[in-house]
Amino acid sequence: MADRLTMPQTAMPAAGVRTPSADIYAPQWRNFMFVAPFLFFFTTLLVFPLLWGMWLSFHKADTFSSGNFIGLGNYVRLFHDKVFLQSVWNTFYFVLLTVPTLALLGLFLALCLNRRTRTAAVLRTLFFSSSVLSVTIVTLIWRIVFIPNVGLLSTIYGWFGATAPAFISDPSLAMIGIAIATIWWCIGLPMMLFLSALQQIPQDIYEAAALDNASRWQTLRSITLPSIKRTFILVVIIQIVLQFQLFGQAWLMTRGGPNNLTKPIVLYIYDTAFRRWDLGLGAAASEILFILILIAAMAQYLVTRSRGDQT
Amino acid sequence: MTADIEIRNVNKHFGAMAVLEDLSLSIKAREFIVFLGPSGCGKSTLLRMIAGLETVDSGEIAINNERIDHLPPGKRGVAMVFQSYALYPHMTVRDNLAFGLENIGMSREVIDARINEAARILEMPHLLERKPGQLSGGQRQRVAIGRAIVKEPKAFLFDEPLSNLDAALRTRTRLELAQLHQRLQSTMIFVTHDQVEAMTLADRIVVMNNRRIEQIGSPMEIYERPATKFVAGFVGAPAMNFVEATLDRSAENAAARFADGVSVQTEIVSNQLSDCKHTFGIRSEDVRIVAAGQGNADGVVEVLERLGERTLVYARLGDGQQIVGSDAGNSRIAVGHKVGLAFDGQKSHLFDESGRAWHAREA
Repeated sequence: MADRLTMPQTAMPAAGVRTPSADIYAPQWRNFMFVAPFLFFFTTLLVFPLLWGMWLSFHKADTFSSGNFIGLGNYVRLFHDKVFLQSVWNTFYFVLLTVPTLALLGLFLALCLNRRTRTAAVLRTLFFSSSVLSVTIVTLIWRIVFIPNVGLLSTIYGWFGATAPAFISDPSLAMIGIAIATIWWCIGLPMMLFLSALQQIPQDIYEAAALDNASRWQTLRSITLPSIKRTFILVVIIQIVLQFQLFGQAWLMTRGGPNNLTKPIVLYIYDTAFRRWDLGLGAAASEILFILILIAAMAQYLVTRSRGDQT
Repeated sequence: MTADIEIRNVNKHFGAMAVLEDLSLSIKAREFIVFLGPSGCGKSTLLRMIAGLETVDSGEIAINNERIDHLPPGKRGVAMVFQSYALYPHMTVRDNLAFGLENIGMSREVIDARINEAARILEMPHLLERKPGQLSGGQRQRVAIGRAIVKEPKAFLFDEPLSNLDAALRTRTRLELAQLHQRLQSTMIFVTHDQVEAMTLADRIVVMNNRRIEQIGSPMEIYERPATKFVAGFVGAPAMNFVEATLDRSAENAAARFADGVSVQTEIVSNQLSDCKHTFGIRSEDVRIVAAGQGNADGVVEVLERLGERTLVYARLGDGQQIVGSDAGNSRIAVGHKVGLAFDGQKSHLFDESGRAWHAREA
């Protein structure tokens, strides 16, 4: 043991000579090995399909051939397709219905349940539990609720002698029905993100606010909300990206009907590419969706940032 | 604005654990009071009870003869400076200072005037538009104090405000706090476990231990005439020397005899002392180093601490007890030397088994 301890001394340079120690932060080619596995899957499963999709969108393609280059032909066809334009509008309408509700309701639930009581813990679990269900189960549950005449909603309305709104078949209500099911399904994540943000606010700031005579409303507005602003932006961006990709709920609850009024872009892409095998047109629609999500998320980010502060 | 504070028979429990037991204390207007004690003695809890951040289980707290223990924190007219400063991170310094005043509906002109005055006192006008994240620790400390000043409170409450600062800044801020107190003439309560802060800042120190007050007194009273063995050991660095001793009460003043026969003649009146076992106590500066054989006892030097203006000498007596004595800064003593220790009988203390202290008659 003693020998081992003295070993480095023999390796040390003569007294007075100083060798520069190796820069441990210097780039080394073998560091690349650590990111290589990730890069491989990132490239093959994300970058490559993305580029291939773009390439496809400029070609007339079906499953058997990648066809001829037709420039912006697919895009021109898209913008003359009433069903596509309807699906874009439907998607925006759905995002508008769900994202603000999810953010505000999530925040409200988090504010109510951010306490150390057993009731709060039980309720937190309950509200989050719907998030673990698959879309099939969620839509099944809500079909049971919404189904005319025998559904839960009809039964409850029946007790009061009223007729329940037809959330699945009424053209003006169908999308709202899907939105309700989606909000119920997705509320867990925003709530949890807000809860974790709320729990990171130091307690002594609230004590200082109490000594500063702040009312509950002033404390919420001046202390709590500014402290969780970043989380609010995060929740909104996550939800925009998620809700623009609406597919399962619409497919399983209404099949896009009545009269394409609940057909979102992803369902249009699915129909076009995998039921009508018009891959080029489907790819073009995917690119449009990609750009829409990008713009919406970036806009949200830029708006909140320019208005906000840099802390 | 200033106020006297009266704490009467206050009790506090956290669950089954008692934190404060039947504690009473009067604080006079314009007084600088320091709560001093080890961690967990209840000093911060007491401060937070005055602030309204902890409830009072039983007992009363009154400011200017007005009960406040049932009022919310903001209505008590006190301002608090937190250990972590607790600045609002997303607000500028100006907004931090203004927040409390805006909440009570004060007019903009008055708020601005008060902020400017506080910024002038604390020499921080250039910081007003910055955010806490852009400030150094010392600057944040100033802002936290400024936030208290602008409220013109009846009393300032400080919860270990210097413990997050580096040594040099702590000394400077300590001095500034003393000047601030002279200038504002407000009642100030300061919680710390640092005895140097307590000694330098306080008009009166409240030494707390184990849910109770051990002693209330001026810094010099606490230092020279500690009421209990705990206070004697807690205040002063190095800690007071304690030696088990038997008493010889035959003369007017008692003499303490150590196990190996060393005897120290104290100036503590014999007939007030009981027969029980006592502990003899003396501070290091009251143990002079003399030539071997010339003092009350001889010892072998084990460790020397050279502080510059004096040298602390850790000597081992014949019976194995260690005594810390004090010699001149340029002392020539070396480790291993045999030296004599001369105890100052006037500065000796005796502690009975309950910990109660006995001192020499006051000169």
